[in-house]
Parts: sequence; structure tokens; C-alpha cells
Amino acid sequence: MNTQVGTSTSTAPAATAAWRPWIAPVLYVLGWFALYSQLEPATDALMRRLSAAIGMAPSSHLYSAVSFFAFEVPKVLMLLALIVFVVGVIQTFFTPEKTRAILAGKRQGVGNALAATLGIVTPFCSCSAVPLFIGFLTAGVPLGVTFSFLVSAPMVNEVALALLFGMFGWKIAAIYLSLGLMVAIAAGLVIGRMNPVNLVEPWVFDIPAVAGTEAVLTWQARFAQGWKHVREIVLKVAPYVVAGVGVGAWIHGYVPEDFMAHLMGKSAWWSVPLAVVIGVPMYSNAAGIIPVVQALLGKGAALGTTLAFMMAVTALSFPEFMILKKVMKPKLIALFSGVVAVGIVFVGYVFNAVM
Amino acid sequence: MTNIKILGIGCANCKTTQKLVEDVLAAKGIQAQVDKVEDIPSIMKYGVMSTPGVVIDGKVVHSGGVPSRAQVESWLEA
Repeated sequence: MNTQVGTSTSTAPAATAAWRPWIAPVLYVLGWFALYSQLEPATDALMRRLSAAIGMAPSSHLYSAVSFFAFEVPKVLMLLALIVFVVGVIQTFFTPEKTRAILAGKRQGVGNALAATLGIVTPFCSCSAVPLFIGFLTAGVPLGVTFSFLVSAPMVNEVALALLFGMFGWKIAAIYLSLGLMVAIAAGLVIGRMNPVNLVEPWVFDIPAVAGTEAVLTWQARFAQGWKHVREIVLKVAPYVVAGVGVGAWIHGYVPEDFMAHLMGKSAWWSVPLAVVIGVPMYSNAAGIIPVVQALLGKGAALGTTLAFMMAVTALSFPEFMILKKVMKPKLIALFSGVVAVGIVFVGYVFNAVM
Repeated sequence: MTNIKILGIGCANCKTTQKLVEDVLAAKGIQAQVDKVEDIPSIMKYGVMSTPGVVIDGKVVHSGGVPSRAQVESWLEA
């Protein structure tokens, strides 16, 4: 211990004990749980004082809405901050280069399941979809397996799961996860069966496969990535959380439950395809769509319909089609979006029927 | 003279990265040639799949996301 204290940062990092990078993350997680367990009593106490101070009756709609908001916003942001940190660290193990190496030469089936799963933890942004697509294909990742990845990566990710978990509970997050993976795997299998290699722009295959150089990261660097991920994501997502919970709080206090049930409830058979058709061209990340999901669910829309809408918005979008046009013929984009949309409609129906 | 290439297909992160590199160069008073590489086949030749990427004198030093200022400074020290 005493040798560590005296060591300044400018001296050899090799002298640093292996456990030192772990101090901050471990304290963070412990502190997180301590704080999280106190969140409900703390907001309760706060609300009681507030209502006493301004003379707001605890039975009023306003009290119900405000206390919902005061508890839910910090709760969801805290869940996000923990999950995003953990996934940010995990992501350093699954760079796109690593994922490509894992998937190269994998057969249909196993490859699709693996690709969809890796899509959750591989960092991905739709602006990188094209280089990624080329990089996968030229390295020998089968076309269908590549598509499984392209469907899963934007749709099923830590932000979507953390927000669903925070706002609607773990069951809905788990359902979204499994249905999302199913759609990604099935879409990739179907496209792989057709194997429409002729619909990929031919120049793609002329690009030589170049293996990326993989830097070996220290734990310190991995945790640094985790913090960076938290800073980026939480700041970006916080306004949507506030908006989403705000909508929820308003509904919680004021709007009658079944307001939307006749429009997007289970009984309207056309609601699932309609939700998907509306959702496909729309462009939003998982965070942006959360306030809408909150509003739909709160007003009595069926869960399957709502999750289908969320999947359609996040998995496919018009701007992404424009980007993919560089490497895919329009027919392939149509096939890709068609197969995915049908898959989403299917899970929406199944889900509405089962629940 | 050092040759720096910013690999990216024109997304916001790529522009941020380029600006950051130019800022650090200016702050340190380093003369360097900074080029943008925007066409996909050229980007792929460096084996970079997630943009933005940074190449210094033909060597990929970074890919996938905006680097931190400290990272950029460390590349330019060597």
C-alpha cells in the first residue's frame, strides 16, 4: 500500500498493482446499490414534505403524478447509468473486428444466432453500417449471418433494454430481448436461404479483406471506456427519459386507462401491421421512441403492438436505406426490410395472442 | 512531415474527430498534413469497419468513435 501512495502517475505503469483499476468501478457499483435502495424512501419523504408545504392532498391527481415523476426519473437514470457502464466495459471485448473474426466462416443457423447475440454487445451506429457490411462479407461472414447482425445491432441494445427494464419492468425487457433476437435470427435465416449475392453491389467483393489491428487493452482502459459510455449515453438519453416519464406521470394521474384500447388494443387485428408500416420509415434510436411507447402502453395499446412498433422504428429506417443503397441494390433493401417487417408483425401478433 | 488521415463517411463524429485532431495539432504547434478519407473502398483498405478512424503515417491508431483529447495527444507525442 505504502509503495503505491508514493508512486506518481508519471512512473512506470507496470508498478501499478493489478487490483487498482478495480477500485473505482467496485465503489461505483456498491454506492449504486446503496443509493438505489434508499431512492424510494427518500422520494416518499420528499413528497410528504412537499405536499405538507404547499397543501397538496396525497389523494389528488397532481400528487400522484408528481410523486410518480419524482421517483421514476432518478430510478430510470440510475438503472441506465449502471447498465450502460457494465455494457460499455463488455463492449471493449467485442469490437466489430473481434465480432467479425468470430463470425467468419460460421454456418447458417449457429452463425445467425451468434450474430444476433453479438449484435447486442458490439458497439454499432448506423453510420458505420456500410463499412461493417463490407468488412463482414469480405472476411467470409455469410450474407444471411451478416443480416442477422444488421437487424439485431440497432434494435436490441443495452439502451433499449435498460430503458424498458427501468420503465416497464424486467419482464417486458426480457420479452423485447427474446423477440428481437428471434426476428433478427429468422430474418437472417430467410435471407441466407435465398442467398441474394447478386443483389449486393459487385464492387464490394473486390475489396480485399484487411484484418484490423487489435490493440490489447488494460482493465484501466476498459473501465475508462465504460465511463465514457455512461457520459455519452446518459446525457443523450436523459431528455427522453424525462419526456417518457413525464408522459407516464400525466397518464398515471389523469388519463383514463382504456383511452386507446379500441384503437390499438388486441381486438383491432390491423393494429400490428399498421404500427409496423408506420414505424419502418421512421428514424429514431431506442431512447427517442420511449416516450411514445410509454404513451401507447399507458393509454391501453396492446403490448405486442407497441413492442412491434418500437422494433420497426429502431431496426429499419429510411435514412438507413439511403446509406445501404451504396452497397445493396434496391431489390435487396426491399427484401431485407420486407422480411424484417413481416417478422416483426408476426411476433407482434403472437405476443398479443399469448398475453 | 506527419501525415494524418481521418477515415469516415461524413458523419458528425467524423467531423468532431477531425476538429479535435486539428485543435491538438494547433495547440502543440505541430505541422502535419490532415486528410479526410471518405470513400468506402479506401477506408476498408485500412481494415477499419467502424468509423471514425484515425491513421497516422499509414498506421491505424484508432477506430470506432471520437477519441479523447488525451488519446490524440499521446499519438502525437511519439
